[in-house]
This record gives sequence, C-alpha cells and structure tokens, in this order.
Amino acid sequence: MKLEHLAILNEERAARRAVVLVTDLETGAQRVVREAQADSDPAAELIEARLRSGKSGPAEIEGRAHFLTVQTPPVKIVVVGAVHISQAFAPMAKLAGFDCVIVDPRTAFASPERFPGVPVFAEWPDEALPRIGLDGYTAFVALTHDPKIDDPALDAALRAGCFYIGALGSKKTHARRVERLTDAGFTEADIARIHAPVGLDIGAVSPAEIGVAILAEIIGVLRRERRRRA
Amino acid sequence: MIANDDDILRQAEAWTRAGRGVALATVVETWGSAPRPVGSHLVIDGEGDFLGSVSGGCVEGAVISEALDVIAGGEPKMLEFGVADDTAWRVGLSCGGRIKVYVERIDA
Repeated sequence: MKLEHLAILNEERAARRAVVLVTDLETGAQRVVREAQADSDPAAELIEARLRSGKSGPAEIEGRAHFLTVQTPPVKIVVVGAVHISQAFAPMAKLAGFDCVIVDPRTAFASPERFPGVPVFAEWPDEALPRIGLDGYTAFVALTHDPKIDDPALDAALRAGCFYIGALGSKKTHARRVERLTDAGFTEADIARIHAPVGLDIGAVSPAEIGVAILAEIIGVLRRERRRRA
Repeated sequence: MIANDDDILRQAEAWTRAGRGVALATVVETWGSAPRPVGSHLVIDGEGDFLGSVSGGCVEGAVISEALDVIAGGEPKMLEFGVADDTAWRVGLSCGGRIKVYVERIDA
C-alpha cells in the first residue's frame, strides 16, 4: 500500500467520513474511494453495498479477486444527562470501544470527578451538541427525563440522523414527549426512531444494569439492523 | 486500552513516516469459527513490533515472521491458516476455523 493511500484513510477517518480501499489481490493494485465519489467508481454498486453494511469483504471486479476494506468513522455515543446511569454506562461504552461524551447543563451533576476519563460538557445541549457534532455514526441517549434538557437534544439528534436514539422515561413520560415532538413538527416516522423506554428489555433494575441494556441495544442496532439493511 | 482499527492504521502511518519498514496484515476471508472478523488488521514493523490482531493470538507469530519477509522483499503475500494446514500443530487455529490473511508493505 502506498503511504499516500494510508494517509487518505487516516484523514477520512479523522474527518468522520467513510472510505473504501479497493485492492486487486492478483496484482496488488489499489485505489482509495471516498464515500462522496463512490457513485462514479467503476465498481460503484459493490462499493456502495459495502458502505451500507460497514463491513470489509471480498469482491470480484472485472473477473479478478479483490478485497474491499471499508472504513466507517468510529462510533461515538453522546449521552445527555450526567446521571447515575451515565456514570455506569460511560466506562462500559469505552471498554466496548466507543467514544462516549456526557452533556448536562447542571454543573453539580456534570463534574469531571463523577466521570473520570470521560469528556464532560457542563453546558446546555444547544451549545455543546454543535461542537460535539452529531451524525449518522453517532448514538444519542437522553437520560435526564427533564424536557428542558432532553427535548432540544432529541430535536438535534433526530435532525442529524443519529443511527440510534434512545430516551429514558416511563411510557407516560414518553407519551407526553411524543406530543411535544409532534407539536414541534416531527412526523410519526421520525418519532418512531426513538427507542423508549430506552434499552433492551432485560428487566434491568440498577443503574449499571440499565447501562448494560442501553449499550446492548446500541450494539444491536449498529451490528444487526445495519447489516440487515445492506 | 485495547487498540482499535483507528489506532492501528495511525500507527502504521506514524511508523512509516518515522522511516521504519512497515507491513499491514488484513484478514480477507474466514471460514467456520474464526476469532477475528474479515477486515481486521495487524501492523508490523521491521523490528517485529506489532499492534492489532488477525486471530486470537493463534497465528500472529507466523504472520509477523512472514511480514518481515514482505517488508524486505516488497511483494504482497496471501497467507492461509487452518486446522488442515500441515503446520497446524504450530500455527493452526485451535477453534477449527480457517482464515486468509493478506500481507502488504507500506511504501513510503
């Protein structure tokens, strides 16, 4: 591999853009295809299918064995609410290989002491989220169940097309949230993208157990649903 | 912290820019139960330093020694490991799977 190709792979990852390295396994010839140029590549169909699945794999192009190395941006988890569940959740998310950040304007909650080694933004979501940057490789979790904090953040997550959106709250709390989001102009299909109650139904009780349920649900959407779509 | 693919490719670039000989190994095919998925990377430098994995540690030693040849010669190599391999006692996959690993040099 040429160093310049490797440099493009690293640049694109840093900029959170997907990219595919196409390797001819018979000749060793390679090219890098950025997501934005995928549709004009001779192997567009194969490349686009790989980008959708996010998985590397073999492919036959012009009768020769090739390998497509898919690089999708690292998954980031943005949690609004520096609450007890987040304290258990953040280290687990990190261990599972996800970048995790916490946002909460309540400075008593959003203290670095409560979240060692995790970036904490003691700001309102409207200020913090544009800087953090939400995108299709971001999972978003709202855990304050305070509409003043959660609602603007959910609004941003829905607009940014986060691949997973979860919100804590009982069925009743969520029903009221659905009303507010509907009034704000979101469609039924938009709102259906919100996982609520949040997390897999494993009967979780403690904050750490709820953290496991949320993390498992995020992984499920990332690995299983995306693969099914491809 | 456990290295992810992000760290591995950045390390490959950093080592190359620092003037070291570097090879990148990529799992390109798996059959049966293989420990690491297709697309997994292992980066190796000319001194045998490495980061990442292509198996659960079963065949890394063999991949690293092949990688040193690739760094020296420059020609990419396709390696295959599995229980059917006659060197299985030494570098086979105990899980019973088979994997194919593509090893290429990073050319500065």
